[in-house]
Amino acid sequence: MRVERIINETNDEFPIGIRVLAVDDDPTCLLLLETLLRRCKYNVTTTNQAITALKLLRQNKFDLVICDVHMPDMDGFKLLELVGLEMDLPVIMLSANGDTNVVMKGITHGACDYLLKPVRIEELNNIWQHVVRRKRFERKDRYNSNSQAKLRADSGEAVGMGSIGNNGKLKKKRKDQDEDEERDENGHNNNEDPSIRKKPRVVWSAELHSKFVAAVNQLGMKNATPKKILELMNVEKLTTQNKFRLYLKRISCAANQQVNIAAAVRMRSPNGLGNFHTLAGSNHLHNAAFRSFPPRGVLGRLNTDAGLLIRGLPFPGTIRSGHGQSSVNSGNDQSKLQSFVSGIHNANILQGLPMSLELDQVQTNNGVSHIGELPIADSTTVFPVSSSLIDATITGFSGNPLLGVTSHSLMLEASSQQAGNSRDIVPAIGFRNGNTLSDFAPLAPASNRESNADLQCEPIPINCNAGELITSAPQEWNSPYQSNVTPCSMNSSIPVSGTMVQFGLCLDQNNSMDSDSIGPSSFIDNSAMEQSIIDKEGYLMLEPWEQGSHIPYNIGLLEDLWELQ
Amino acid sequence: MDVVNQLQRQFIDYSASLHREGFLDDQFTQLQKLQDDNSPDFVVEVASLFFEDCEKLINNMARALEQQQGVDFKQVDASVHQLKGSSSSIGAMRVKDVCIAFRSFCEAQNREGCLRCLQQVTHEYSLLKNKLQTLFRLQQQILAAGGSIPVVE
Repeated sequence: MRVERIINETNDEFPIGIRVLAVDDDPTCLLLLETLLRRCKYNVTTTNQAITALKLLRQNKFDLVICDVHMPDMDGFKLLELVGLEMDLPVIMLSANGDTNVVMKGITHGACDYLLKPVRIEELNNIWQHVVRRKRFERKDRYNSNSQAKLRADSGEAVGMGSIGNNGKLKKKRKDQDEDEERDENGHNNNEDPSIRKKPRVVWSAELHSKFVAAVNQLGMKNATPKKILELMNVEKLTTQNKFRLYLKRISCAANQQVNIAAAVRMRSPNGLGNFHTLAGSNHLHNAAFRSFPPRGVLGRLNTDAGLLIRGLPFPGTIRSGHGQSSVNSGNDQSKLQSFVSGIHNANILQGLPMSLELDQVQTNNGVSHIGELPIADSTTVFPVSSSLIDATITGFSGNPLLGVTSHSLMLEASSQQAGNSRDIVPAIGFRNGNTLSDFAPLAPASNRESNADLQCEPIPINCNAGELITSAPQEWNSPYQSNVTPCSMNSSIPVSGTMVQFGLCLDQNNSMDSDSIGPSSFIDNSAMEQSIIDKEGYLMLEPWEQGSHIPYNIGLLEDLWELQ
Repeated sequence: MDVVNQLQRQFIDYSASLHREGFLDDQFTQLQKLQDDNSPDFVVEVASLFFEDCEKLINNMARALEQQQGVDFKQVDASVHQLKGSSSSIGAMRVKDVCIAFRSFCEAQNREGCLRCLQQVTHEYSLLKNKLQTLFRLQQQILAAGGSIPVVE
């Protein structure tokens, strides 16, 4: 098997000292687990509370988490998701209950394994494979995704997110792998330490995307909750996190939390429209004028690094979550945001709109995270919208702060299309929590950015539920490179417990937002956009694409943003 | 030597009977194997934790089932589930089996059935506690006499 070959290539020995965190409220089981793990030569830390576990995970580096399903302070699945999002570590579930539906739930929430109590030492002896496997695939994926990016850049053909060929391969490989491996496909920027954030996720191939779209269409806007979509898509081992992660991966690591926060704050203002006007405009944005707002609470690090994918557009800000609890901003967010790439070609303009991604890190259960400032959502994501120029590279998306969205992380991706496309960008966002996006409005890309300082594109709230989403064109995730229009689908966000949905939106540069499209897409027509923006809620997703050049102004924008804060 | 041998034989016989009667299962043997010089009191420690936990859970269940206004079966079920987990971890087979039956009564929201199961669980738990305490005492005696605990397969 491939895995074995890979492992054998480098090191045949048992990786001693893997750092495991064991969480179980039952003291008997916990002691037993600890002893067994020690016997297997793992480095064990134990706690009987999930909240303490999260704290420990944030403060220290771990390689693997084993946790019980039934715990009094937090549901094991919730912890599983949080760990996956924030720290991106392999998590093994443990329970006395072996019913298939519970096991399935574990898998869909991202567990890389599910053990039944009483745990046997033989099983614990093997858990190290999850750590090693993940590392390897990440490395591999990163390699793949890098080459994919180059491919995209060169070819200029519309491709779905991630090159189809490679993605397909990866995807296939993924399916071939162990059932429980869920998250370790994507390339990883950093593969040394699994606990380092920014892990790539499942590659969102065109195939997945079309399934996604089909699912959304089938469910209808109102019902298109991430969870349902996931079910409909019926893709093995796909979680709502995958898409999000994918986008995050794309974004290079620039955005940082502060930026996001700033963005979020800015985005929020309801009068954003005014700003939008200025921002919106011609499709062509000349660089630098965009501002990205860092989402609140979440890290959005603008990718300033040239090497990073981010292109002109600011990105990802993860948001949210307010305070407290989760500092969701954990590295995952950052990486995610960073991966978010707003492709902006040199020539292209980015929309001034900052993009912020909202990550739902915080668990809604705890009632967290609502960003105080945001009136609605805990996290706001601001997406920069960039209008793509003919030559493309656009990915502009307007970020809308998600107001009212709670702890969900959204990944928005928008690609703006050339004028020819009439597609509008439909932001689709799924939110985990019941909040509805009320506030966010896609930031329209402003073609000419007025001073950076103005950027604050206030996001105009778009009502997703208006049911307008849509995109007539078939959606595809495609790289901004092409002049094609990428269809966008808007998804009314319906918070689903713990699932996040990200939708890709395609921004069509030329078009103004019409009722169907949301937000940022049309940079062209401010008023139209405005209108539509107001009408709709949505997020735009930027499809990050790689460009050879980074737009330095991103950084500048961020700085400005910070200052503005 | 004789004393040690005798004690060891007693220990083996007693262990075997506990297994035969279903009080303990293979998991308990695994626990014993885990005990070594680094953790010489491991089994006793785990057993003590189990007893404490068991008592707490039984009390929870009793309280929940006593509610005249309306029994919160979810809560009872959660406690039973946990007891099932810990009893299976220590190898307390009979206790675990009662828990399984207990859970179906909880699901059926059958108060009478639950109360009966609770009684059974309490009974099994006391029996097990006594037997394990005897076993541990034997272990102590062997060690005190300079012998080592035989491993019972």
